[in-house]
Amino acid sequence: MALADRWLLPEGVQELLPSQARRVELSRRRLLDLYEHWGYELVMPPLFEHLESLLTGVGRDLELNTVKATDQMSGHLIGVRADITPQVARIDAHRLRTPGVTRLCYAGPVVHAMPTQPLASRNPLQIGAELYGHSGIESDVEVISLMVETMQAVGLEHELSIDLGHVGVFTGLMEVAQLTEQQKEQYLDILSRKALPELTLFVNALDAKPIIAKCLLELPRLNGGVEVLARARQLFAEAPARVLDAIEYLQQLTDRLALRFPDLDQYFDLSELRGYNYHTGVVFAAYIPRFGQAIAKGGRYDEIGRDFGRARPATGFSADLYTLVELSSDVAPSLQRVLAPAEEDASLLEKVKQLRADGVSVIYALSDVEPATKCTAQLVQRNGEWVVSDL
Amino acid sequence: MKQQLTIALSKGRILKETLPLLAEADIVPAEDIHSSRKLIFDTNHDNIKLVVIRATDVPTYVEYGGADMGIAGKDVLLEHGAAGLYEPLDLKISKCKLMVAGPKDAKPVEGRMKVASKFVNVTRDYFAKQGTQVDIIKLYGAMELAPLMGLADRIVDIVDTGNTLRANGLEPMEEIADISSRLVVGQPSMKMKYRQIQPILDKLADAINRRDAEVTQ
Repeated sequence: MALADRWLLPEGVQELLPSQARRVELSRRRLLDLYEHWGYELVMPPLFEHLESLLTGVGRDLELNTVKATDQMSGHLIGVRADITPQVARIDAHRLRTPGVTRLCYAGPVVHAMPTQPLASRNPLQIGAELYGHSGIESDVEVISLMVETMQAVGLEHELSIDLGHVGVFTGLMEVAQLTEQQKEQYLDILSRKALPELTLFVNALDAKPIIAKCLLELPRLNGGVEVLARARQLFAEAPARVLDAIEYLQQLTDRLALRFPDLDQYFDLSELRGYNYHTGVVFAAYIPRFGQAIAKGGRYDEIGRDFGRARPATGFSADLYTLVELSSDVAPSLQRVLAPAEEDASLLEKVKQLRADGVSVIYALSDVEPATKCTAQLVQRNGEWVVSDL
Repeated sequence: MKQQLTIALSKGRILKETLPLLAEADIVPAEDIHSSRKLIFDTNHDNIKLVVIRATDVPTYVEYGGADMGIAGKDVLLEHGAAGLYEPLDLKISKCKLMVAGPKDAKPVEGRMKVASKFVNVTRDYFAKQGTQVDIIKLYGAMELAPLMGLADRIVDIVDTGNTLRANGLEPMEEIADISSRLVVGQPSMKMKYRQIQPILDKLADAINRRDAEVTQ
């Protein structure tokens, strides 16, 4: 390694300098306060744990994205978490074991072996909230609302748009379509790219019943505004109840969200199957126009706890706080800084202590020039008393 | 308010065939793209801009959100991987094939085969699926030269008429994929600008179908 390389960070790894770090930290506090006010309790899972626990019940993508090492104390493989969600599910299933509804939130660094999106950092600061033990629409409305309020709290509510989908449409369709595992993989790949030219070839080769072929062909076209749901109801009129239930669920969800957030732009994509491996119901994501990726995402995953010995309905969302703060144009409130002479004077010490307790930042002047540049006022002695005077 | 839309077009042969198709979908550049040195062009719509870039850069621009939509060959998309892009339309222009080619009547290679290509990812995937171990040599042009100079046993390249291959004593051997130009859309653009994008997709699809109908008549 050349001398010049030593101060470079590995590719895709970021660190924050004071002004950025302060904005992120203030946002983190604001969001965790918000979650607390909604009844979500903070948990702090470890940065690394047994690989098997980290990867239980999740997709293969997460496994490839997890940095691994051997635990020298046990010989077991350990993984550095790439996602906090499974850890929180483990905590709910095994550590807390409380009956009824549990609401948990978290904020902490994760490590991605590869950037998950173009230009994404490999060490994001994941923040999120999860709700366990309730499987109705009320809990999905709650976490989506909390996600929207998260965006409002960091100043990203402007032009926010929410993408809604439901895994049940696809899984219900698969129940009747009778595709082989390989065909299903192929269909999923085509859906994820909305590769309509390939889709026609694929469906024609299937020799499926006309009504099923039509559904398979139309699914990736079911995207757009709320009118998509009406189209879907018509198309899937004879589909299994599970498909229609999913569409009805989305209709109720969008009605409730529209009541809470009348200005929120809602987009529907019934072939959106992000996280299809572990999501079991509604999936959602938040977008803003000037950023080419989702800024927060989540969904329902009722199965994950089963692998920890306790199946619990679950729904939640998460976001990378670094990305949120970077996109936000909110300015951190300026800090009042007061310069104090570096003297050992009992009354000065008392005054400094009191100012600091009041939330003012007091800096001792260790040299003549350096700290003064950051201060707007200074402590001076007048008539034997220390008072703050403008610089 | 109409949202801004940027469409990235591939330079060169694809561009010549793209512009008439766009015109049929009522998107016309405000000036002659072929004679201009500009890179960004206004159109007959206030909210639509065209950018003209190298074909291989098109998926990158759309992936990073620099453009909302793009037009690129399937060969470029296969090589790039095109993760995070939708490919809703086959424009059925600039058709050709992606093929393995080698010296005429060449014997099967024993042991590790050397393959020259500019499509290194496609080549690796193709031979991996066949369980063949190959060494890939990345070249940027004139693939046909590589077997002649003993640099490689086979090449993987775009084949149109096959004339260049034959003129250099090579022949097409295996077909990897049918290639034509595709319209790609960035996922977030589709989600946030579908009101603008969907009508363009519909008009282009109509134009393609009309052309198909003319050909079959």
